[in-house]
Amino acid sequence: MYAFEFHRASDIDDALKQLGADDEAQLIAGGQTLLQSLRQRLAMPSTLVDLGGLTELAGIERDGDALNIGAMTRHADVAGAAAVHDAIPALAVLAGGIGDAQVRNMGTLGGSIANNDPAADYPAGLVGLGATVVTTEREIAADDFFTGMFETALGEHELILGVRFPVPRRAGYVKFPQPASRYVLVSVMVAETDEGVRVAVSGAGPCVFRVPEMERALAADFRPEALDGIRVDPGGLNEDLHATPEYRAHLVGVIARRAVAAALS
Amino acid sequence: MNVSLTVNGQAVTRDVDPRTTLVELLRNHLSLTGTHVGCDTGQCGACTVHLDGRAVKACSVLAGQAQGAQVTTIEGLADGGLHPMQSAFRECHGLQCGFCTPGMVMAAVDLVKRHPDPDEATIRDGLEGNYCRCTGYHNIVRAVRRAAEQM
Repeated sequence: MYAFEFHRASDIDDALKQLGADDEAQLIAGGQTLLQSLRQRLAMPSTLVDLGGLTELAGIERDGDALNIGAMTRHADVAGAAAVHDAIPALAVLAGGIGDAQVRNMGTLGGSIANNDPAADYPAGLVGLGATVVTTEREIAADDFFTGMFETALGEHELILGVRFPVPRRAGYVKFPQPASRYVLVSVMVAETDEGVRVAVSGAGPCVFRVPEMERALAADFRPEALDGIRVDPGGLNEDLHATPEYRAHLVGVIARRAVAAALS
Repeated sequence: MNVSLTVNGQAVTRDVDPRTTLVELLRNHLSLTGTHVGCDTGQCGACTVHLDGRAVKACSVLAGQAQGAQVTTIEGLADGGLHPMQSAFRECHGLQCGFCTPGMVMAAVDLVKRHPDPDEATIRDGLEGNYCRCTGYHNIVRAVRRAAEQM
């Protein structure tokens, strides 16, 4: 790791102050990705501003037709919370499948979405469920939040407070993990909401994306068979040693069908 | 920077470089070498300890993130004799070379705390973040099952 200063934020204002005082300062939430990036010298922050002490950013709360989850809520807590199981069981499935037990005990919702790794689970979860990211400055629809590979709409001095998930009529999340890393090779969140059907895909492309053709087909007939014959264009999908774009495109169809089946079960 | 935390019930303060990981603090500054460093990249789980009662990979946590926390290592697990999980690993031959064992035991204790009566699938899923290159896992799963009956 390159040298850095470490500052444990005492509250949100303190974190923002530290962030504003230094252009090279960076926030650390659970650190489950950031620490490995630091170790590989892929990141070179001057100061790490630790959000670990900000208990006010952790928590899960049902508010009418929405589920509010604080940015510092650990994946294990999302996976285990009764409120999540009652409202959006697919979200509990998603959180319970991230990394492994130890990673889920440290890793946070806010950290994961701020990083926007193309192979992370939460981006498909937020976009698929039509969630809203709440920050210190504004509210950002998930569709507008994830802007590209490891890029988000977040400003330099903007901190994620939490995410508001509208409770869907039904939803299903299925992940096809890369077997060694357990990162997403392809995962799909399918949700039937009051505003229509949403289908969001992580892992396949450089950034989470929706599949409008699948959404239209499922809006007419919410069954796995409704997706038969819909092909995803491999153009622009990720290519690496784990999978070709053609394989990923094929998997999107397979996993989307399974996600619909999960939503119906 | 100064880091103050409680390790195995004892309050400790150390002046460390901000880059120090929790496992480096435990091994190099506190001489608690029961926690092993395997991959040092968050994969293998050999460095698993409990941070405020939850299993974490100590190579993937900065010492500063543990400020004010309660940490339990393999040295702090036994109270008098062996912990039931340690005994079960011995009785079921849940280890061969023993390198992964401290992390495996700490992860398994957390697992049984959350799932007091785990079936085989729950155990295998719960230990997904711990690698053993000797046993093929079969006896580790048996050990966790046996310990769960005794804990």
